[in-house]
Amino acid sequence: MALLTQDESKTIIQNSIWQQNAALGQFLGLCPVLVISSNIVNGVSLGLATSLVMLISSAAIACIRSLVPNELRAPIFILIIAALVTMVDLLMNAYVHDLYVVLGIFIPLITTNCIVLARAEAYASKNGVAQSALDGVMMGLGLTLVLAILGAMRELVGKGTLLSGIDLVFGAGAKSWVIHVIPAEYNYQFLLAILPPGAFIGLGFLIAGKQALDRRAETKAKLAAKLALQAVAA
Amino acid sequence: MRTSPHLIKPTPLQVVMLKVAVALLPGIAAYAWVFGAGILLQILLATVTALATEAACLKLRNYPIKPFITDGSAIVTAWLLALSLPPLSSWWMVVLATVIAIGLAKHLYGGLGQNPFNPAMVGFAVMMVSFPAQMSRWNAPLSLPSVDLTSWQQIGYILSGHLPQGLSFDTLASATPLDSVKTALLQQHSMSDIFSGAIFQSADCLSFLPSSVALIAVAYLLGGLYLLQQRIIAWPLPVAFLTVLLGMSGLFHLINPAQYTSPAFHLLSGAAVLGAFFIVTDPVTAPTTLRGRLIYAALIGLLTWLIRTFGGYPDGVAFAVLIMNIAAPFLDQYTQPAVFGRKPQRGVKHGH
Repeated sequence: MALLTQDESKTIIQNSIWQQNAALGQFLGLCPVLVISSNIVNGVSLGLATSLVMLISSAAIACIRSLVPNELRAPIFILIIAALVTMVDLLMNAYVHDLYVVLGIFIPLITTNCIVLARAEAYASKNGVAQSALDGVMMGLGLTLVLAILGAMRELVGKGTLLSGIDLVFGAGAKSWVIHVIPAEYNYQFLLAILPPGAFIGLGFLIAGKQALDRRAETKAKLAAKLALQAVAA
Repeated sequence: MRTSPHLIKPTPLQVVMLKVAVALLPGIAAYAWVFGAGILLQILLATVTALATEAACLKLRNYPIKPFITDGSAIVTAWLLALSLPPLSSWWMVVLATVIAIGLAKHLYGGLGQNPFNPAMVGFAVMMVSFPAQMSRWNAPLSLPSVDLTSWQQIGYILSGHLPQGLSFDTLASATPLDSVKTALLQQHSMSDIFSGAIFQSADCLSFLPSSVALIAVAYLLGGLYLLQQRIIAWPLPVAFLTVLLGMSGLFHLINPAQYTSPAFHLLSGAAVLGAFFIVTDPVTAPTTLRGRLIYAALIGLLTWLIRTFGGYPDGVAFAVLIMNIAAPFLDQYTQPAVFGRKPQRGVKHGH
């Protein structure tokens, strides 16, 4: 017997990346989404760190779910999450120190990111280890996707670049990887997009876009069902 | 004498907007006389952009275009916005500000009558936050003995960003009165030194005014009085705003004239009069009850004075209006008048 059937994993992935996307469907964990999404590199880095924490924490919590007394579950979950975040914090400090300095307080704050605890509470404490691990990491990657798109939008509108700050991750040699969509000599800058209002406006457009796509799919499905009914009747 | 029924038809929006536009004309004329014809191009650019943005947004939202685009509200927004940007700012600034005002601040919230924030002030604030350097580049009034551009040169500079040979913007530039007072006070200059500066020399025919720029404020005041006379705007709003602004500045000027500028200076510089009669009075974003209006406008006056005196920006009307816009629905809710025939219930605690 497989730990995880193909259908099951497909449902989990679809659910986590699209239907219940942390930022666009559940509106959870918005504080780091809004602050850190000023460019792709920051957004994706924090998103991946969150995904890693969610992968391990969901799996760990699913492992011990039958041993946890119901009344004490919140402190126990938080303890596990906090221990994992501390490890990620130390790892990032050691290996990507420049990026660590830029992300600052938002790495330790992954502990309090409500999407991590929400998945522990709503999913990992009720489901098997494999399902929970997949759910955790996919929720994290869904968040990372939003952070990447929002970061790209804000960076593009705000500074006319993509992937700025990539040298913080891959060393000074990566400086030339930065894509200047608007050539650097124009000194293009639109501060609003980089500042917090840009994050709110950008997130608003993303949420509206997701809902528009959902609505279109819904009408299409309804139309198809109607046509199928007519075909049966005929 | 007319007999009953005394039915009063509400004034159509077009007429209201037309009267507001007419009331702005003396201000625009004074502005063009003081700073040059560049402002006329800015107003034209803003109007065209506003109408195009309005039409595009209505089309996207599947609304009929003609009844909404001819109501004139977008044009008034565009004019107010053009009048608040520096007169020689590049064409893209006024276009961008207008697109933000109409698209973001008006239509994203649901269009005419639905916007919680004054669209023109949102456009201005976005430019102020995003392009602080460009937004402080004011040219000197034409009456000052400095290099002046002809009207055609001004228009050329707005459109191309190039000045005629041998000129740089620094030779044309001059701080606005509010700007020069703010900077000079930070550098510990005395008040009398500051007010002997070039910007405070008025043209010969205007010696009764503290500076040429003040003429624009006087012209706005004329337009504002016309609007009051026509009952287009509600009197509590400008009255409360100006009373508190002048009261606060007067009080502190009395206490320490070396540190705080006079009420007359606060009234005649920056956007005080324009704000009092054309921006604070926006019926969409202001409260509707009498007490609500008084509180709203008074707090805008207080915030304007605080930002001008202690804040980082030289003028505070736009930010004060935006902050109080947020409070308008709240003020409306808590200042509902008693229903006719009932005693107002005082001291009733909720939830008991």
